[in-house]
Amino acid sequence: MTVREQWVAFLTLIRREMIRILRIWGQTLMPPAITMTLYFLIFGTLIGSRIGTIHGFTYMQYITPGLVMMSVIVNSYGNVTSSFFGAKFGRYVEEMLVSPMPPRVILAGYVGGAMLRGLMVGVIVLAISLFFTSLHVVSAWVTISSVVLTTAIFSLAGFINAMFARKFDDIALVPTFVLTPLTYLGGVFYSIDQLPEPWRAISHANPILYMVSAFRDGMLGIGDIALGPAYGVMVVLLIALGITAERLLHYGRGLRS
Amino acid sequence: MPPIPALDLRALRKTYPNGVEALKGIDLRVEAGDLFALLGPNGAGKSTLIGILASLVNSTGGEARVFDVSVQHDRSRAMALLGVVPQEINLNQFERPFDICVNEAGFYGIPRQIARGRAEKYLTELRLWDKAFGPARNLSGGMKRRLMIARAMMNEPRVLILDEPTAGVDIEIRRAMWQFVQAINRGGVTVILTTHYLEEAENLCRNVAIIDHGRIIEHTSVRALLAKLDVETFVLDLAPPHAPPVLPHVEGMQLRRVDDDTLEVELPKGRDLNALFAALSAAGILVRSMRTKANRLEELFLRLTGSGAEVAA
Repeated sequence: MTVREQWVAFLTLIRREMIRILRIWGQTLMPPAITMTLYFLIFGTLIGSRIGTIHGFTYMQYITPGLVMMSVIVNSYGNVTSSFFGAKFGRYVEEMLVSPMPPRVILAGYVGGAMLRGLMVGVIVLAISLFFTSLHVVSAWVTISSVVLTTAIFSLAGFINAMFARKFDDIALVPTFVLTPLTYLGGVFYSIDQLPEPWRAISHANPILYMVSAFRDGMLGIGDIALGPAYGVMVVLLIALGITAERLLHYGRGLRS
Repeated sequence: MPPIPALDLRALRKTYPNGVEALKGIDLRVEAGDLFALLGPNGAGKSTLIGILASLVNSTGGEARVFDVSVQHDRSRAMALLGVVPQEINLNQFERPFDICVNEAGFYGIPRQIARGRAEKYLTELRLWDKAFGPARNLSGGMKRRLMIARAMMNEPRVLILDEPTAGVDIEIRRAMWQFVQAINRGGVTVILTTHYLEEAENLCRNVAIIDHGRIIEHTSVRALLAKLDVETFVLDLAPPHAPPVLPHVEGMQLRRVDDDTLEVELPKGRDLNALFAALSAAGILVRSMRTKANRLEELFLRLTGSGAEVAA
């Protein structure tokens, strides 16, 4: 395929994903809006008012970047797992496998679609937060780059999960038993400075901490991790997951016999 | 210089990880413009062969070339030449037929404006245009099969592979699909089909290969194949009383009892039936009606594969 043809194929996948996301908006965009509104109400307003400040910010202001990232992570991951596994389950993944599309274009299309959903949800949650607190953006570049990197990382991770999955249970296991605990323990609701050792040191093994910290740094100018190591971890993860996903698709893991 | 074949398989092998040897070194050549039937009993290796051509199955030896482009070594270029209609329904049931076709073209890098025109053309030709903008899940089984053909035509392939395209489709729709396949073949597209209905291969195809236990056991023209058939089988429906336990012997014929009211007789082609009826009358057996047992190709197929296995793709 020429580069131009690959671009057409990529846009086709993105368009198909966007139509899917908007067609089932009640499953894709509405739930995070409702869940995060409840988080803002309960943790931000009711409980947060009794907590005081963290690094000079109200609790509501402090958790807003964390809640945005939590939504972005869960929705990027969930979009690609359900969409790609659905294509496998319904066998219409064969439409793509028998086409001349190189694996990297298929991967880019699904990851791009998942990133779009993650970013759309991020914008929705950010908009909801405006009803509860004022928006701070210290560095637009750090804010945007960290959220884009995070959506890409979790879209790739979700894609790998979908490649290995053989039944719907397999795409529910990782979000329930890995993603949710890591997100809750990744500094969404607290600063790791508040943790005693050894939990503080152990928290550094959680990759989500680096992402949440960078995003919070971009918005509020404070973070648990310096920006250098945070970006380092994100870039390494992005490259490692990208290569893994592309190789799996190239060899047709779970797709070609 | 000989013309480049549409399909050229050389020593093609597939052994699955569980040790099953599905293809045992297939050599097959399908000429450009042919309308070709691939027949074989269940488990013969047809679906594996088509899977390799569609790049859904990785071969473990040999090579498959489509218009001299290797499926194994230049997958992307080879796939651009192919259209594949699988045996199982593999449509996104939540999408609209029009979108399914336009998206498929997009996967081949065809711009959207051209894709929309082609979608209308092929959905219309396959009598699906009035269903183009409803959910695909609302289509009947036959409509879904036609949609898969329309989808496979979106890249205007040089070789169209149809894996049991008319399975479970009523006769009227089946004939409409045959007309479509013949029309695109006249337009220069090489068509390779597997079919459950040997009548389909007999009426539609010029050349045929029979695959059994992973090997090609016959590869010739349908006409030449039928010429090999030197016996015919008739079914005799009897009038009361029932057929006796011991049947009369008729020289040069094999008479078999199917049940109390039915006999089968196998006799050389062209042999007259007078001796048979004389022997039956002498034994007090009254024949009420008579019909040929199966279509000719089916009979030959069963002889070649040496079993009464169900004939299927």
